[in-house]
Amino acid sequence: MAVATKPKVTAKTYKTEFPIDWCPGCGDFGIVNAIHQALAKLQIPRHLVAVVGGIGCSGKAQYHVNTYGVHTLHGRPLPYATGIRLANPEMRVIVVSGDGDSMAIGAGHFVGTGRRNVNLTHLMFNNEVYGLTKGQAGPTLPLGLQTKSLPEPNMHGAVNPLMLAMTVGYTWIGRGYSYNIRHLVELIAQAIEHPGLAFLDILQPCPTYNNLHTKDWFAGKDIGHDRIYNLQDEGYDPVIPEGADEETVKAKLAQFIEKAHEWDDRIPTGVFLVNRNVSSYEERLAQRVPNYFESPPARRPLADENGVTLTDLSEMYQEFIMQ
Amino acid sequence: MVKEREELAWRIGGPQGSGVDTAAGIFQRACAIGGLHIYGRREYYSNIKGRHSYYDVRVAHHPVTSHRETVDLLTTFEAESLARHAMAVVPGGAIIYNSKNADVPLERIVFLDARLRQDLIAYLESHGLPTTTAGLIEDARRRGVQLYAVPYDEITKALGDRLGVPKGIADRTLNTIAVAISAALLDFPAEYVVKGVARIFKGRDKIIDMNAQAIDLAYEFVHENFDTEHFEFRMDIDEYRPPRLLLNGNQAVALGKLAGGLTFQTYYPISPATDESVFLEGHSTFKLRNGETGSVVVVQTEDELSAITMATGAALTGARSATATSGPGLSLMVEALGWAGINEVPVVVTNYMRGGPSTGMPTRTDQGDLLFAIRAGHGEFPRIVIASGDVAEAFYDATRALNYAERFQMPVIHLVDKALSSATQTVEPFDLSTIRIERGVLAEPDPNANGSGPFPRFKPTDTGISPRPFLGQPGHTHWLTGGEHTEIGRVTEDPVIRETMMEKRMKKIETACREIPVEEKFVVYGDPDAEFTIMAWGSTKGAILEAMERLEKEGIRTRFVHLRLLWPFPSEPLRPYLETAKPLVIAELTYTGQLDQLLRQETSHGADYLVLKYNGRPFSGEALYGAFKSIQEGTAEHRIVIRNPME
Repeated sequence: MAVATKPKVTAKTYKTEFPIDWCPGCGDFGIVNAIHQALAKLQIPRHLVAVVGGIGCSGKAQYHVNTYGVHTLHGRPLPYATGIRLANPEMRVIVVSGDGDSMAIGAGHFVGTGRRNVNLTHLMFNNEVYGLTKGQAGPTLPLGLQTKSLPEPNMHGAVNPLMLAMTVGYTWIGRGYSYNIRHLVELIAQAIEHPGLAFLDILQPCPTYNNLHTKDWFAGKDIGHDRIYNLQDEGYDPVIPEGADEETVKAKLAQFIEKAHEWDDRIPTGVFLVNRNVSSYEERLAQRVPNYFESPPARRPLADENGVTLTDLSEMYQEFIMQ
Repeated sequence: MVKEREELAWRIGGPQGSGVDTAAGIFQRACAIGGLHIYGRREYYSNIKGRHSYYDVRVAHHPVTSHRETVDLLTTFEAESLARHAMAVVPGGAIIYNSKNADVPLERIVFLDARLRQDLIAYLESHGLPTTTAGLIEDARRRGVQLYAVPYDEITKALGDRLGVPKGIADRTLNTIAVAISAALLDFPAEYVVKGVARIFKGRDKIIDMNAQAIDLAYEFVHENFDTEHFEFRMDIDEYRPPRLLLNGNQAVALGKLAGGLTFQTYYPISPATDESVFLEGHSTFKLRNGETGSVVVVQTEDELSAITMATGAALTGARSATATSGPGLSLMVEALGWAGINEVPVVVTNYMRGGPSTGMPTRTDQGDLLFAIRAGHGEFPRIVIASGDVAEAFYDATRALNYAERFQMPVIHLVDKALSSATQTVEPFDLSTIRIERGVLAEPDPNANGSGPFPRFKPTDTGISPRPFLGQPGHTHWLTGGEHTEIGRVTEDPVIRETMMEKRMKKIETACREIPVEEKFVVYGDPDAEFTIMAWGSTKGAILEAMERLEKEGIRTRFVHLRLLWPFPSEPLRPYLETAKPLVIAELTYTGQLDQLLRQETSHGADYLVLKYNGRPFSGEALYGAFKSIQEGTAEHRIVIRNPME
């Protein structure tokens, strides 16, 4: 069904008027602003967007985007989002979830989702702590660090989200910084446009509980230069083209691995990997169900005008009929 | 059909992976194509190859609704089946065994459970018999069982010679030969066995031909070597042969979901639920009456958390959505069940009950999930729980579950169990012209309203049911959340809105109670005026009906209230039956008698007698007959536990 008129949309179209209860200075504000602008940039109608959140501060983001918004369970936004997208492949589905949601309680889904390569955009709000429960160590907090609410230094090693995303099959992998909104808009727009599964690791200070990786730390006030830099400014080409040979793929992955491990004094942002060599799950489904895109699960006709099922089992009965 | 009997109970056993299922498939198809009614029961271990499995096929000229624990004709081709089942054969019945297994020490049968081996040895020793298969064969002979030793190796060697193939290849027909020996003893026309083979090996002509030759040799062997006159059983085809479907519970649910308009199904592999989803995956496109192609998207997920959340996500867009699982999977789904509850999402969970708790007995049956299905989840939210009694009900309930979910906007748990999932029955073809798609109250947002205020998805109404929009619809958008929420789906902790929303959601249970017709709540069988009242739910139905028939022949009148809707519990329409029941007997495959607990909680009536079984195997009609009879005679205790150490 087409919308009768298609007014020009602006970032304002996607804003809501709900009061926002994030802490002053929270990186979430920048991320939500970037989402508004990225959607405006792509001119996507509001009704074709679903923002799917998990639990925690990140899981409140969808209330501040004026599209369909789904606030799910802790760790489960990816499979909810997958169900929405596969049932209605017209929709752009954006997952907003924290590092705990994505890499701890939802880690299994991160792996399963990666293997499918459904066309989703996964924005991970990465602040290394569980803010809403008062600052426990998140799965991306490095081993041995002690943020201010930890009674003892962190006893767990950190997940490398980029490496994990690459290993499990995400086909677009990037990293942004919540205080560089202009770059973030560009990254989110690219991630949404990518015709497969995109993962954007968004570094984000938690002004209340992460007293180590603060805005000043990212700005490199202790070392005299900005820690954050843009890979693309240095000529990094992330694209594995369609039909790439094995050598090309290996070389691209090698440079990816190098950059994914860079941290401390220089922290790369930008697009790390775009793999055009992998089919999307929707394309695979269309191989199995040829009219998948024309008649997806959300819109398949079910009944005739009398409400009687349209399903005809006569062919299937041949398997079971005994005569 | 038979000289002196009205029916035949046939059993075949063998190691998993040796073609026992195929053999039973051939036998069942041969009978069903011959116009006979069958009921098949499959027992197997959680194992790929080697452990013992067996299949009971009960055949009659009239519909049969349960298995029998006693066997008329036991067909075996190796020692373990002989050891396990020889004692189940009735006097006048027969055992077919491999002549090379005529004297195998029970100690050498590795997969025979230690407890069973000890019991068998003790029995044989107490009867002065050798503790080998020879002892069991002799015991059977003394009880009046006919014994037919078959040199399978010679038959397959002859087959190899006839076809010019190595014996190793010809040995693959061992299971077909076992079936054909049975059929020949029963004087059943060989051409129907060939028809059965042709159905099983559809299109693989060389294999069909080899098996047809094997059948020929088996019949020849029986006619030349056995005096079948002493065998009391005969099996004829039925001259009136209406086409019937032969299928099991997993397949019936799958077909029902397709008939009911399912468009999205998720699953994580788990016994005994998986076969349903795999069937759907294999049949994901099909014909629609309007000439278009229908389809269902089936996704195998990484776990059950993903299975239910993905199905729920799909349902939000308007897809008719379901998942299928078994106890441990349902345990994992519980948090998301609550999410579907508070967000009023129509999602169907088909739960195939198996022995619990924890891993329990993955391939054995149980009804222990009743109270769990009704209560699963923290907090309070409405849901519907229904249960099927047989293969046909499994089909119609699958369509019903999808309708209830959308009409009442809540999760529906459809309870099936392992026994029903693998039970095969001949049934009349399902009439799809009676299958209605009821989508409930749908919202029609103004497509030109893009950009204006949000849609009141959760607007309170008299029925509690709010018009339901789909994600992706143009016009007003809305939010959904697992938090308590306002009309538009915005999280709130406001006490007044909380009350309003709790009341709105819970009102839907009253609406469901009011709108679901009584015939969908429970069905009464037998003599409606009888005082002797049996109450049960789920797949125990068939065995109960059979027990009632036996009692009726003795002039004992009974009635049976078979519950179909377990939640919301149909207390009011049940009241007249509860008030006049004398005695009230509840039969259930649990330890604690969960239906009795539920009944006491909801109606303050309770069972006078509980007939229970919790060894992972289904009730048989004969066992229930014995229990009901003892109740009727006044010799029963309040709690009767059915046991059978040989199952």
